[in-house]
Amino acid sequence: MNIENIRKEFPIFNNKVHNNDLVYLDSANSSQKPQSVIDRVNDFYGKEFSNVGRSVHYLAVAATNLYEQTRSSVQKYINANDKNEIVFTKGATEAINLVANTFGQKYLKEGDEILITELEHHSNYVPWHFLRKSKGIKIEFAECNSDGEVTIEAIEKKITQKTKLISITHLSNVTGAILPIKEITELAHSKGIVVLVDGCQGAPHLKLDMKDLNCDFYAISCHKMYGPTGLGVLYAKKKWLEELPPYQGGGGMIKEVTKDYISYGDLPNKYEAGTMATAQVIAFDQSIKFLEKVGIENIVHHEKELIEYGQEILIKNNSVKLIGNPKNRGAVLSFTIEGIHPHDISTILDEDGVAIRAGHHCCQILHDKLGIPASARASLGIYNTKDDLDQLNLSINNCKKIFNLK
Amino acid sequence: MNIKELYQEIILEHGKNPRNLRKTDNFNKDAKGNNPLCGDNVHIYLKLDEKNKVEDISFEGSGCAISMASASIMTDLIKGKEELEVKEIVNDFLGMIKENPELKSKKLKEDEKTKLMCLSGVKQYPMRVKCATLSWHTLTSAIDNTQEEINTERGD
Repeated sequence: MNIENIRKEFPIFNNKVHNNDLVYLDSANSSQKPQSVIDRVNDFYGKEFSNVGRSVHYLAVAATNLYEQTRSSVQKYINANDKNEIVFTKGATEAINLVANTFGQKYLKEGDEILITELEHHSNYVPWHFLRKSKGIKIEFAECNSDGEVTIEAIEKKITQKTKLISITHLSNVTGAILPIKEITELAHSKGIVVLVDGCQGAPHLKLDMKDLNCDFYAISCHKMYGPTGLGVLYAKKKWLEELPPYQGGGGMIKEVTKDYISYGDLPNKYEAGTMATAQVIAFDQSIKFLEKVGIENIVHHEKELIEYGQEILIKNNSVKLIGNPKNRGAVLSFTIEGIHPHDISTILDEDGVAIRAGHHCCQILHDKLGIPASARASLGIYNTKDDLDQLNLSINNCKKIFNLK
Repeated sequence: MNIKELYQEIILEHGKNPRNLRKTDNFNKDAKGNNPLCGDNVHIYLKLDEKNKVEDISFEGSGCAISMASASIMTDLIKGKEELEVKEIVNDFLGMIKENPELKSKKLKEDEKTKLMCLSGVKQYPMRVKCATLSWHTLTSAIDNTQEEINTERGD
């Protein structure tokens, strides 16, 4: 695998930032897009556009086929049993909200418990908070240890007779910890508990195999997978999509409508009300093709090498403190520098063209637990190189110099 | 714009050694401010005398260099001024950070204006404006006794 050639597929790297080469270390926030994805959006609008699933004219049929083609590609990529287990949403956030709404409506009652973890992104907490307010359910938090991991023991400790659903991240967007989803699912299912996985960070960096993970729901954010914004995927076992009520009402999701009776469409239409993000879905097929071309094994290998290198150089840099030390770490390196606030770090690094994120990364509970208001985060994608990490380290040193730190 | 124009020596110095970072004894007005996205927080304490003059002002909190320096410079400059003057200066500062090229208030001496203008660099960094203005909005809240915590992000 030649990273230089892969980088060439991303036109963003032709740009200069403050007259410097772009060092993009914010892929956990959103990844950059290969030319094939960008072109596909453009070509679809320019040459092939029509709404899908409604009209029967030539363009509508062709667009519908393209739209459904992506569903099949996603099914294959994540190794799901059935293409109708793939529901398109406006993002991973909507995917989780969809489950919270429909599952919550049908199966949860006052006093029932949802188990999440202290690592969760707000999008895997706030939807459950809504249920806490409206239905009186309880939210329990499995503890994160000092290495920034949540172990299966920590999960088991918080399971009670009332636990109905476990909703957990696959890969922490702050500590980089990869959670043992397969084992957690086995444990949960042995106790009759349903499992939702927030796969926002897992999907771009790990091999996805729904049959093997065996979770009930898996939420994906397409824009973090070298795909377009405004698009997510909810994988759900067919049994759930058949059993659960619809999420939003509107065109496209119905079968028959009369003044006193409405029946809902078959899967997957039942969950795709209104005109969907059609161009994005069709372009996302190119993201899957890109990922398949590079190969997930190569992605895992390359990013593992980079993470190890990044840890090595940042540990050597005195005054840099890495957050968490998980045994199994995904493409995220969060850190603090004693004496410099993360926002100051980020603004100063930006001057060198180094793009990182600063703040609590939508994980305020975790930052409270760590006793810090914010952190700086460098996160990786397939286009990053050791040179990027060297530049990060150089720019951190420059930052320390400006602040008169040694 | 060069990064050193934002992080001028005076800002770094005030950020590192903020003036009036303590709690005023017998304060009679106070307010809290919070910028949850950045993790900046500030608590301003004011002691006004019977003529509504700022006898003492102090703050507690933590945040980035810009927010700490801004609170430090502000508290230094506000001490000894009358309530109405304070309000005029706050509005002048916020106006400058937002759009005005310079400070207009006659209540400010030239050296005070120079000091405040050191913070004008944030204009080039729209995401950082909140850092510079948090303590100023919080001061207004303390003076007006709104009892409302200033929060740069609204929510429930």
